[in-house]
Amino acid sequence: MISGILGKKIGMTQLFQKDGLLVPITVLQAGPCHVLQVKTREKDGYPAVQLGFDDKKEKSASEPEIGHAKKAAATPKRFIREVSYTDETPPQPGQSFGVEVFAEIKKVDVIGLTKGKGFQGGMRRWGFRGGPDTHGSTRHRSPGSIGSNTDPGRVWKGKRMAGHMGVERVTVQDLKVVNVDTKRNLLMVRGAVPGVDGGYVIIRRSIKGKK
Amino acid sequence: MNILDVLEKENQKATLPQFDVGDTVEVYTKIIEGEKERTQIFNGVVIAKKGGGLKEVFVARRIVQGEGVERVFALHSPRLLDVKVVRSGKVRRAKLYYLREKASKEAARLKEKFVEKRGVVEKGQA
Repeated sequence: MISGILGKKIGMTQLFQKDGLLVPITVLQAGPCHVLQVKTREKDGYPAVQLGFDDKKEKSASEPEIGHAKKAAATPKRFIREVSYTDETPPQPGQSFGVEVFAEIKKVDVIGLTKGKGFQGGMRRWGFRGGPDTHGSTRHRSPGSIGSNTDPGRVWKGKRMAGHMGVERVTVQDLKVVNVDTKRNLLMVRGAVPGVDGGYVIIRRSIKGKK
Repeated sequence: MNILDVLEKENQKATLPQFDVGDTVEVYTKIIEGEKERTQIFNGVVIAKKGGGLKEVFVARRIVQGEGVERVFALHSPRLLDVKVVRSGKVRRAKLYYLREKASKEAARLKEKFVEKRGVVEKGQA
């Protein structure tokens, strides 16, 4: 059993449940993923499965990529990540996985790359309050004081200030699985998932949901 | 075709009740109270239709004890059983929000009568 699978965010919509409740869902294309390499404790020091998702044109793949995929009798892939596995008998290179991995799972974690927001100030990036808008104020969106005076005589490391925001790896935990469509390899989860539509995501069984 | 569109289409109802903005309708909804299920009827004038596909909703308005009451219904909800047109009215706009301003019951009712006559005449001509 592998712990997760690679996929793509298709987008959000809403669906009615049988009891009439309207739920917001994110549709994920989950698989098919090909096993490109199996890492073992003896050989590599830790057990893992290297999965590849979404075919890449051979002409845009590098020679090492083509060779690596060929070993597993697969085409070069655009998105390659490792996931752990718990089986007694490990998966074999060349094997492929789809959403059926999640057939009996109620909750998943989804890992993705958030949308880029560019250079943002303290209010947007960290939720600072800013200054007053009126009463003669001129420091409307400034972050305020950033530290003390002679002691320590410098700004603390990690002080929250303006800077680049977004394009970071974010995990959303415990998303409820609404539907698993094994025919089209679609996974529908309740709620939002980080990243743009069409962005790659890693979907794994929920860490908190394990019993 | 876009997968989202396909999914939306699959979850839509095959047949939808036919009615227009301005119609006075009876809306049959399924109410679940614990174990029991019953049908509730809401009478009112359709004052707006919004959204498309699976997300389409309409707003029905009626006056209850001198107070205006509006309810929003999702057309494709499994809890919406049926919409019956009691009488159709001819209206000249897509959103009848101006009915909210007609505060007194009389004003609203007068408007409806007027509306109904026009509607009947139109049917006769067609």
